[in-house]
Amino acid sequence: MAWVNAIIQGVLTGGLYALFACGLSLMFGVMKVVNLAHGDLAVVAGYVAVGIIAVTHVPVLWSFLIVVPIMAVAGYALQRTLIQSSLDRSVLTTLIVTFGLSVVIENALLQFFTANTRGIGANLGLVQDSFNLGSQIQIGQLLVVIFAVAVVVLLGLQYFLSASKYGRLIRASADDKEAVQLSGADYRHVFGIAAALAFGTVALAGIAYGMYSQLDPTAGTDTILLFAFAAVVIGGLGSLWGTLLGGIVLGVAQQIGAQINISYEVLAGYLVFLLVLVLRPEGITTRRAQS
Amino acid sequence: MTSANGDRPVNGTPLLEVRDLVVHHGQLRALDAVTFRVFPGEVYAIIGANGAGKSTLLRTIAGLHRPSNGGILLDGTDVTRERPERRARQGIAMVPEGRRLFPSLTVEENLQVGATYARQGPWTIERVYEMFDWMRERRDQRTAQLSGGEQQTVAIGRALVSNPRVLLLDELSLGLAPVVVQRIYGMLPQILSTGLTVLLVEQDVSQALRVASHIHCLLEGQTTLEGRPADVTADQVEAAYFGLAGTTSAAGPGAGSEH
Repeated sequence: MAWVNAIIQGVLTGGLYALFACGLSLMFGVMKVVNLAHGDLAVVAGYVAVGIIAVTHVPVLWSFLIVVPIMAVAGYALQRTLIQSSLDRSVLTTLIVTFGLSVVIENALLQFFTANTRGIGANLGLVQDSFNLGSQIQIGQLLVVIFAVAVVVLLGLQYFLSASKYGRLIRASADDKEAVQLSGADYRHVFGIAAALAFGTVALAGIAYGMYSQLDPTAGTDTILLFAFAAVVIGGLGSLWGTLLGGIVLGVAQQIGAQINISYEVLAGYLVFLLVLVLRPEGITTRRAQS
Repeated sequence: MTSANGDRPVNGTPLLEVRDLVVHHGQLRALDAVTFRVFPGEVYAIIGANGAGKSTLLRTIAGLHRPSNGGILLDGTDVTRERPERRARQGIAMVPEGRRLFPSLTVEENLQVGATYARQGPWTIERVYEMFDWMRERRDQRTAQLSGGEQQTVAIGRALVSNPRVLLLDELSLGLAPVVVQRIYGMLPQILSTGLTVLLVEQDVSQALRVASHIHCLLEGQTTLEGRPADVTADQVEAAYFGLAGTTSAAGPGAGSEH
């Protein structure tokens, strides 16, 4: 039973990791930008939520209605300025620039919010409550909700990319920027929209993380970015549903590791990550290999 | 208006005008003071050997290269400083060398991208399907599943649905079997009948001479011959193409580069 529990908890945690990962995957899949500030931006979004809840007293759960648009606009702006100008130089430059951005954000957060941790909605029933499956399996409500949110976000992204005008332009721009320009579309604007989408999911990831765990200025790189990377690599770069699968594999590996010995939790996840990198570097979803 | 074998209305407004265009690729002078005008309804063919600057010329007109000197006018409006997507919306559409379809999009989605910022005009995706029956049946396929000729046709369709005023065709024949090339060039009259003007680049000189109402030969970035196919001799073309003689102008005064 303990193993079944580990797997169920792992699958549910995978939803959180998929939420971490899908923005990273989208930015890489469309712009070929590996955004090293990804996790820090999620933490920023978490702090923005903390601030908004404190100032405006909006219900915790609805704070995302404000934070997601704020982050989406920030994503568009960041893409059109810093990221685009580094992309114009080289893809490698984007690595350096987003790394720099990561350092700046982390230190700014330390400066303004200190190293103390902050939770989001720690006293909410949703965060505290759990329900039982049988006598031995206890499932936290929050993880179920986060998993559902991750699935809805992925479905939404999938639908947007496949069925909308801008989704089509995003896929076309990822294929061939010049050919898109020849069709009258400004790929920089299209990239901005893709970044806005990615940052919107980053906002959800930050809030979810703040509710699931505790925000602190270094959580962005230490936890969110690394887990996002692992999920993306396991699932397959640039594949949206791959991130969910990758997140689930990562989550299950961690929980099984923890079941063996609690100190193996994080290690087990990275071992699987390493195994996939060595044995199947294109990720476990094969869609990209075929195309 | 002029037809393939009519006289050039040199006193009318050119639809596309290229003035003293100079383009550098690093140190290399890829285009050197190239000047010409394309009038409505014409099929203007740029010919020349590999590396003559033909593709550079077309890409510069589409806005993908910045000229270091000279200008490009679309129907009298200077577009030299416009970004490529602005030019596309103003009516310059290009079928790029190598087709450059979007591989992760279906045939229909490729056409939809082309139609996103379309001008008003006769071309719709439906009309493209009417012209090419097979395309409707295979609209949901990825373009990688199509043959080279079919891909080229989709690329032309993608440009047409934007309802351009000038259609730039870059090396349509590249990598295609002669029969397929014939078939693709065979579509030109139908395309022209909707009021389009075509500026094409072609390495296959005999093909260009067959379809063009006006030819313009480049050699190492410079104009070596200009005129109507009927007015130039095979020897002149050969000389201009390979650079065996000096600059020749087959056309009478007023029809050439008189700036």
